[in-house]
Amino acid sequence: MLAQALTKYGPQLINLFAAALLLLSFAMLAQRRILSLINLFAAQGFVLFLSTMLVAWLTGQHHLYGSAALTLALKVIALPWILHRLIRRLNVKWDVETLINIPTTMLVGIVLVILAFNLALPITMLAGTVTRATLGIALACVLLSFLMMITRSKAVPQVIGFLSMENGLFFAATGAVYGMPMVIEFGVALDVLVGALILGIFIFEIRERFDTVDTRHLERLKERP
Amino acid sequence: MISASGLAAQFTELMLAVLLAPLLTGWVNQCRAWLQNRSAPPLLQPYYVLAKLFAKDVVLAHSASPLFRFAPYLIFGCIALAAAIVPTLGTDLPMNAAADAIALVGLLALARLFIALAGMDIGTAFGSLGSRREMLVGFLAEPALLMVLFTASLISGSTSLATIVETLAHKEFVIYPSLAFAGVAFTMVSLAENARIPVDNPSTHLELTMIHEAMVLEYSGRHLAMIEWAASLKLFVYSCIGLAIFFPFGVAEGGDAFGIVMALPALILKLAIGGVFLALIETLSAKMRIFRAPEFLGIAFLLAVLSMLVHVLLER
Repeated sequence: MLAQALTKYGPQLINLFAAALLLLSFAMLAQRRILSLINLFAAQGFVLFLSTMLVAWLTGQHHLYGSAALTLALKVIALPWILHRLIRRLNVKWDVETLINIPTTMLVGIVLVILAFNLALPITMLAGTVTRATLGIALACVLLSFLMMITRSKAVPQVIGFLSMENGLFFAATGAVYGMPMVIEFGVALDVLVGALILGIFIFEIRERFDTVDTRHLERLKERP
Repeated sequence: MISASGLAAQFTELMLAVLLAPLLTGWVNQCRAWLQNRSAPPLLQPYYVLAKLFAKDVVLAHSASPLFRFAPYLIFGCIALAAAIVPTLGTDLPMNAAADAIALVGLLALARLFIALAGMDIGTAFGSLGSRREMLVGFLAEPALLMVLFTASLISGSTSLATIVETLAHKEFVIYPSLAFAGVAFTMVSLAENARIPVDNPSTHLELTMIHEAMVLEYSGRHLAMIEWAASLKLFVYSCIGLAIFFPFGVAEGGDAFGIVMALPALILKLAIGGVFLALIETLSAKMRIFRAPEFLGIAFLLAVLSMLVHVLLER
């Protein structure tokens, strides 16, 4: 009964998850509070986990279950936990400062989404996977995370943007070609984990040096003559 | 061709909306009081207030023009007409041939225009302050609402609300991701349009924060009763538009009498659940500064545009 319903509505459900990912990307773009930003990132990871599970079940690609489990462990549990610890230790719970105001950022975001949809359309025509329509959305998620990294001045949201970009890439991989080989996926996942750890240490160093985690201060880093 | 059953359905639906609207407001107030750990007012409180206001004399300012006196009736009429367009029980409504979703937005805009004019009519500072704020909120909320309705129109291929409901409720069940975006956008718009908490506080009389209350400050007696009733009706209409687009299940197909009778409990159940959600949103969020409202509504508009984009990409 459930299996039947899943087979019938599976592709539509994947589209729904794709839309949810895009919605969460926009929510992250509009979010001012750093704690909510981390929670949104965890929610994005969870939606990604659900959609990967569904793709795995629909296509019978068993290695995708592995990547789904990896997503759950890493992006829903480990990384948000590390980030929560990081901001607790940095003691930064203030509002996120943006370089451009939020409505303008959202407008740029819309333009990016249109761009991504247009770029993905010809590829979508060629692909034969059940998830082909989601490629445009995955691309849009990547671009939106990029935008978030650019428009935020503090280091922690930039790190979250970087991590969320990986979410988009992962979704693109499952959408276009049913996931990458396991070895690559492990590699990328570990890269992201290590990247988050290194960036955490990096943020500490920025604060040690400048008493703030505002990356604009990095412009003053110059060799003394 | 207007059939007798259609007319009957239309009349039932309109009377139901007009009579049930204060009940919905009472229910939301009650839920809100429970959630906030206060002792709740009776469910029928809005009716008592209306009865009290109708019994009272009207006090008019010396500078009041005729517009100030007929505006409450006009506002009530506009919103009642809007209520008649939205299919709540059945989809065979004679009014639907005359007015579609765009006309619905127009009717609501007309009501807003007159309430803003009436607010400025007396010439007190509060009235014009409230009117300006209302127009600020209104001109941002309206395009977002139109975009939400357009998304539903794109899906069903018609701007008529009856056709939209028929397509969504009675064709084969399909998951529309675009409606997820539209739903979030619509929730934000209806919070703003009904003077609900993130944008305005319906129970405030604190000078600096009020929008809707500031406009109607000069009204008293039966005029105020009409305005309050219209406000309840507006909340009812918005809830019904939301239910019609996002949860149309249970609405009778065409003018089938048995279906209409069965649709009534479904409607009441849906409205009751919707009221709980509204109370929950109002309890969980804090009122925004007025200058945050454009950002809030801007986001609603962008989400509505996104829902159209998603429809174009995913659902063709």
